[in-house]
Amino acid sequence: MIMTTQAIPKRSYHQRELLNKVLVTSIALFLLLIFLAPLGYMFTTAIKSDAQMSDPQAPVIWPHSKATFEYNGESYELFNVPIDGNVQELAMVKKTRTQSEFLDPDNPEAGTILWEGNWRTLDPVYVRDPQWQNFKKAWDDLNFPRLFLNTLIIAGFGTLGAVGSSVFVAYGFARFNFRGKNVLFMILIATIILPVQATLIPTFIFFSRIGWTNTLLPLIVPHYFANAYNVFLMRQYFMQIPRAMDEAAMIDGAGRLRTFWSVILPQSIPALTAVSLFHFFFAWNDFFSPLVYLASKPELWPLSVGLQRFNALYGRQPNLIQAGALITLVLPVLIFFFAQRIFMQGIVFTGVDK
Amino acid sequence: MATPDLVQPAQELANTKSKRMSSREREQLRWGLFFISPWLIGFLVFTLIPVVATLILAFTDYNPVQPDMVQLIGLKNFSTMLTDAKVWKSLGVTVKYALLAIPVTFGFGLMLASLVNSKSLKLSEGFRTLFYMPAMIPIVAAGVIWAGVANTQTGWINLGLGAVGLPTPDWLNSTTWIYPLLVLIGLWGTGNLMLTLMAGMQGVPSEIYEAAVIDGANGWQRFVNITIPMISPVIFYNLTLMLIGAFKYFDLAYVLKNGTGGPQDATLFYALNFYKNSFEYNLMGYGSALAWVLFLIVLGLTAVLFATSGRWVYYAGGDGN
Repeated sequence: MIMTTQAIPKRSYHQRELLNKVLVTSIALFLLLIFLAPLGYMFTTAIKSDAQMSDPQAPVIWPHSKATFEYNGESYELFNVPIDGNVQELAMVKKTRTQSEFLDPDNPEAGTILWEGNWRTLDPVYVRDPQWQNFKKAWDDLNFPRLFLNTLIIAGFGTLGAVGSSVFVAYGFARFNFRGKNVLFMILIATIILPVQATLIPTFIFFSRIGWTNTLLPLIVPHYFANAYNVFLMRQYFMQIPRAMDEAAMIDGAGRLRTFWSVILPQSIPALTAVSLFHFFFAWNDFFSPLVYLASKPELWPLSVGLQRFNALYGRQPNLIQAGALITLVLPVLIFFFAQRIFMQGIVFTGVDK
Repeated sequence: MATPDLVQPAQELANTKSKRMSSREREQLRWGLFFISPWLIGFLVFTLIPVVATLILAFTDYNPVQPDMVQLIGLKNFSTMLTDAKVWKSLGVTVKYALLAIPVTFGFGLMLASLVNSKSLKLSEGFRTLFYMPAMIPIVAAGVIWAGVANTQTGWINLGLGAVGLPTPDWLNSTTWIYPLLVLIGLWGTGNLMLTLMAGMQGVPSEIYEAAVIDGANGWQRFVNITIPMISPVIFYNLTLMLIGAFKYFDLAYVLKNGTGGPQDATLFYALNFYKNSFEYNLMGYGSALAWVLFLIVLGLTAVLFATSGRWVYYAGGDGN
């Protein structure tokens, strides 16, 4: 239908607004679905059977198994058999290349039905059959409890050190004026661009000389000496707390440490939480350091290394690999959903102010 | 953001005038150093000394299997690098990846940031969280998932491409298609970029847009001529990190191809080549030389970015920090 421009009723402001909302939100939804689709692949693959993974005829997306029919203690596979123009689901009793015998599951007493043709041309009947026990199997094969415990130790103690040291250092940079402070702060920030490789070999040699390689210590102890991101975030936060608060506490007779402990820290809970989360996720994610320091010590591997090795070894069982991936990502993703506001504010705080 | 720090140069100037420190200054110095001492010690032990030690090791043939046989070999490691085909290959791989990943990631990040920042988007906070979420998936798990998604038989990428009649490459085993795959996986980590760009966009004063509308600028013109320049500091910060990131790129290359660097060295990134030399072949002297060259490359890139930043990075406050 052709209309002149005059014939189109001019939409009101509100209608246009609504149209825009529908349009933009649909685009976002579509994009989000594609963006998160790999998670759908992971989940559906994780609950597929081994047989389905290697069966090219099987349905591609949902977990299915070949349907079977139990009769007189025997198990027969179901096939879609075209008989007289109708396709019937029948249980195959005897198969040969030229003719096969079937039972009708609804009426097995009637005896076998003979069908002429090559049984290989028939399509098997599939039923939905999620294999929830794959998670249990991946859990056991990965040795998940041990990997989980190792990761928790590395992340937990590391977070303690990273947060404790960073608040201390940040307070020093935020509240005291001394010569060279700005230069030191610049150096601290500059360490962001320093590649870990530039310090790795001597550090590795040092740790192996003192017997720390193949222990968790190299993954924990270095974090007790503050890092640039955390100090930057905490310092920005401290500088928003009025100095008058410190001064009031000191007039009341509190020393420097006491002021820091009982005036500044209680006010910094959001920043402390953000920094804790950052380090926790970092440690959960870290793959390179454990690979370097724990390569020959499987009993100390964290989840990252464990899952990579699992992936390398179980290449023929993608369903178990995806189940393993799922159980490794559940906890960080859950924590993220619960703490997302604090977390995302922290990102903006460090990322924009520079 | 204006910080109290900006006042300090004047104060420091005053400090240098009187040679003797007042008791207040001494107290400030003492407590300041006390509080920052964890970092000072850590910087010395885990950064400064190791960086220098790496440089020294770069002139030796140190091998951890026979540490006592170590010998000074002068510039040999560096001259070996010049003729080492793997080094050149790894540099090529790294640059190729960076040239592909950086524009795509920025384009995607800007699009996501504009989208979740749009007034027309309903439930924008939920979208923000969900677009951010994949960045929280541990990198090894992400690699494993995407290796499945890119699988030629059952992977959803090729199922989708095949369904609409497009070619279905063997992503993981093709020296060409492995790069788009790595970039695609990297997009799962766009969350940080999206959030910082979005926060930057929210910081642009709305009067500027209003003035532009009066001057007749359309949406695209406003985006290119106002939004982009106003958020250029955020772009600069992220560009620097991404460029450096390409030279540290390791995890995904290792996970997808089990550290082989395949197919045909197409994932032999600089950092992977460093790792193989240092920790698989135990050539730690040579590894140190590779590490120092990496350090110099990163330093050089950062210097170039900072040197050119004056021309395209706009600091609204004019303080240029």
